[in-house]
Amino acid sequence: MISRGRSAAPNPLRRGWARSVSMLLPILLWAPAAFAHPLKGEATGFITGFRHPISGPDHVLAMVAVGLWGAQLGAPAIWLLPVAFPLVMAFGGMLGLMGVPIPGIEYGIAASAILLGAAVMLEVRPPLAIAALLVGFFAIFHGHAHGAELPPGQSAMLYSIGFVIATGCLHAVGIGIGTVHRWSWGQKFLRAAGAMVALGGVFFMYKAVA
Amino acid sequence: MNKADSSRVPLYAFVIFCFSMCAVQADAHLNTTGMGPLYDGLLHFLLSPDDFIPVLALALLAGLRGAAHGRRALFVMPAGWLGGGLAGLSVSTTPPHPFVAAGWFLLLGILLAADTKLSLRLTTGIAVLLGLYHGYLNGVGLGTSTSSAVVLLGLVFGIFVMTALASAFVVRLRAEWARIAVRVAGSWIAASGLLMLGWAIRSR
Repeated sequence: MISRGRSAAPNPLRRGWARSVSMLLPILLWAPAAFAHPLKGEATGFITGFRHPISGPDHVLAMVAVGLWGAQLGAPAIWLLPVAFPLVMAFGGMLGLMGVPIPGIEYGIAASAILLGAAVMLEVRPPLAIAALLVGFFAIFHGHAHGAELPPGQSAMLYSIGFVIATGCLHAVGIGIGTVHRWSWGQKFLRAAGAMVALGGVFFMYKAVA
Repeated sequence: MNKADSSRVPLYAFVIFCFSMCAVQADAHLNTTGMGPLYDGLLHFLLSPDDFIPVLALALLAGLRGAAHGRRALFVMPAGWLGGGLAGLSVSTTPPHPFVAAGWFLLLGILLAADTKLSLRLTTGIAVLLGLYHGYLNGVGLGTSTSSAVVLLGLVFGIFVMTALASAFVVRLRAEWARIAVRVAGSWIAASGLLMLGWAIRSR
């Protein structure tokens, strides 16, 4: 590092570091696909199932929002909502896999982000049954979308397990973030996070309508 | 080393030399024997989620219900597995049962998620049925090779150990959040079962 007041003699360490970065950058930018992953479009196992729910930002927003809302509501909602969501979502997924049509899936997914985000933003505290019903209702849309999109595969079980675990982990992330609710600044932070989720939902609704 | 001990060194050396010369092939290496039939069975169980997850779910469920249920599942399920496996050894093939596999996931997952207050008799019945059914499928898969009974024994040993560990772990849990985490695992198993059911219907 060159300090002030000294001559600008090049530091060999810094020059070596810059050279390394300049060599690494083109390699990283030109990196081709590794071809070490499961075949594209095939549900070959746990990893492809695990990656599916986290590959769609609309799903990610809604699932994290479920965890945030659960954390805001406290016990027993903090564990009931994340238990209800994967179960009902899997039911929706089953309907999607069977080819049972549900109209307005994309609207429902966008609406879930808007309403769940708004619930977190406004710190809405409905009775537990209403909260579970609301979460379950939207879970159907998310599950159906996943089920209808699932590619033909060889290991339905591993794919399903990965899929469900990823969903649960997204809820856990939401709950983990939601633990800041115990502090006053954390409550404001959660409300802001809810507003961001709702805004994201508005964006996805715009995309679905446009 | 005192003088008496040192005088016996040639004798010890001679005995060791004789043993070394008469040593037979150890058959303890993977490249000649695989893992050995017992360990092949053990690993088969640990690496087969369709066997492993229902056993884990039942062990967790039994653990949630208490030590008596855990002890019952610990002995009854492996026994049922062994019985079903021995019965299956004489059968050459069986059609796949994706609906039944999904059903086990769904049933055990829902019972676990709901923390159902099962009677000891019902826990026993479910453990026996699960053991018989999965053991039978394993037995059919093993065929009639000479080592299949030992493979089955390895499987049963793995189930015993898994049930003991999982049940004992849950029986010890006192914190409410920890017991809820076990129930959340149940909901994940049930959700996986629902999706498997969808896959089964789709591919029918």
